[in-house]
Amino acid sequence: MERSDILHGVTEVFKDNLDDENIILAENTTADDIEEWDSLTHVQLVVAVEKKFKIRFNAKEIQSWKNVGEMIDSISVKL
Amino acid sequence: MQTFAQLKKNIKKDFNGLTTVKVALLGDSATQLLSIALRGTAYDEGFDLKIWEADFNQIERQVFDDNSELYEYQPDIVIIFHSAHKLLSKYNKLKPEDRILFAQSRLDLLEQINNKIQQRLKSKIIYYNYNEIDDGVFGNYANKTNVSFLFQLRKLNFELMQFAATHSNFFLSDISSLQNLYGKKTLFQSAVYVNTEMVFSIDILPAVAAQTLSLIKALYGKFKKCLVLDLDNTIWGGIIGDDGMENIQIGSLGIGKAFTEFQYWIKKMQQRGIIIAVCSKNTESVAKEPFEKHPDMVLRMDDIAVFVANWENKASNIRHIQSVLNIGFDSMVFLDDNPFERNMVRENIPGITVPELPEDPAEYLEYLYPLNLFETISFSEEDTERTRQYQVEAKRTVLQKSFTNEDDFLKNLEMVSLVEPFNKFNTPRVAQLSQRSNQFNLRTVRYTEADIEAVGDDENYWSFAFTLEDKFGDNGLICVIILKKENESTIFIETWLMSCRVLKRGMENFVLNTIVQFAKQNGFTILKGEYIPTSKNEMVKDHYKNLGFTMANEYWVIDTTTYTDKKNFIHIKK
Repeated sequence: MERSDILHGVTEVFKDNLDDENIILAENTTADDIEEWDSLTHVQLVVAVEKKFKIRFNAKEIQSWKNVGEMIDSISVKL
Repeated sequence: MQTFAQLKKNIKKDFNGLTTVKVALLGDSATQLLSIALRGTAYDEGFDLKIWEADFNQIERQVFDDNSELYEYQPDIVIIFHSAHKLLSKYNKLKPEDRILFAQSRLDLLEQINNKIQQRLKSKIIYYNYNEIDDGVFGNYANKTNVSFLFQLRKLNFELMQFAATHSNFFLSDISSLQNLYGKKTLFQSAVYVNTEMVFSIDILPAVAAQTLSLIKALYGKFKKCLVLDLDNTIWGGIIGDDGMENIQIGSLGIGKAFTEFQYWIKKMQQRGIIIAVCSKNTESVAKEPFEKHPDMVLRMDDIAVFVANWENKASNIRHIQSVLNIGFDSMVFLDDNPFERNMVRENIPGITVPELPEDPAEYLEYLYPLNLFETISFSEEDTERTRQYQVEAKRTVLQKSFTNEDDFLKNLEMVSLVEPFNKFNTPRVAQLSQRSNQFNLRTVRYTEADIEAVGDDENYWSFAFTLEDKFGDNGLICVIILKKENESTIFIETWLMSCRVLKRGMENFVLNTIVQFAKQNGFTILKGEYIPTSKNEMVKDHYKNLGFTMANEYWVIDTTTYTDKKNFIHIKK
């Protein structure tokens, strides 16, 4: 799967779980850029991303990402 | 079941007009998402849960500090969630020689928590029991040694049941059985726990919330009272009209075992107080034959309160059953193997619950168990008698048809009523009636057994419990009155509720005569009542007006000094 496809998939997950159709994600998007993305919704997003791509993150990975690009890194090595 | 994301979307919806319940949520792990799941689930069930969440890991501080936010908030319900994970952490830190007393020490703490909350609030407590964690330290030997964590956890769960059985405001939400159903892998995800301190996975939150809401619904009088059954291929295999009685599958024939076990489940429901009705497209005599003659049938005619077998459509027949039983459609469950009939009933009878039974009858029970259709918060002697009472009611209806004059019919019934204040014998039934009565209920105040005991002990309150018996049988306790002294001259009817089983017998007149007489004897000149409308109690909108009360400042009043006794044919039972 291309990185752009993964980004597209992750964006869909964000839109659905944060209930906001206007969300646009880029590789350098961070939690600060998106109002609803806080530590609480983060878990929800992580679990939804896991379901979407049928993968599992480990506890360390979940804490390590600094932006969307790094999350995509973790996803792409598992696909 | 809805997903967490769906429940979360409910939060933004309009909660106007829903039943408001103040809930305090106290947990020793992170509960923010649980709180969202609870509120979202409540929306679908018609409740506006106003949830106050204690800060992380503050259960004991909130409970034992007299000035805490918990007591300031004055919740109707306190949910306490001590997680199995934190339980394990506490156990881990104990010296080995102290582990044998672990469960007991947790119970002691819980008793203190319960006592303190009961002392300060009138809240109901919902306590989450413990999902099992086997730390693997002892292997199977954990079952054989009382110092193992598994031993102490299971002991704690068992003792919690004992505790709940003896403390009427304390209810358990069975998290342990949820784990049995969904598996530990679904319940708990280590990565989520490590990152968030949340012990429930996102996927299990809707199930936990649904289970908690079942309890809250039951506490607020929303529960099922009646199970309506189809016959052919629902409670036995085959078509009785085509196959004949000897060829239906029940007992050892074909897959009869599945139907036998299913009937035992229905029988247990009947014994618990659920009213069983039959609604079948059949010739009545043919449909009844197995109930009367088949040696392997578990259900018998005695178990069925209303038996309807004809060729009319099922929606009309269910309306007929509802009118005989006088209960709400939303308290009825309809089981039928035929998807067409299910849809027809679902579309024509709003409120009725119609489970999508699996195609294979062997799966009926496994499908029905976790639906938790028949949640309850009480169980009393009366429940075991309920079917018989409805059968007797049917006989009365037949007698009534033979009289053209209403008074002659009522006289002929030879009715007597026992009138008593609340006491330890009638308390469970009084509390239960307050929870079950929706239609004939003027103010719809729900009481638990502890509330009823408190009323009995308060000198500003007077209580009356009425039974009604006639020549056909005993209806048991069917009416509850709670009077509260408002001032030297006025006494207020805080609660007037009655079972709809005894409508049109002159009971209202008898009750009013009784309480007016009491008021007079105690020097009260004004008896004051109030009607608080709900979606269910339209029936008693004009109750006070019809009894001769007049409206004064939003309340109904009647002068006891000029009151003359109202006609009725009920005698006081000595």
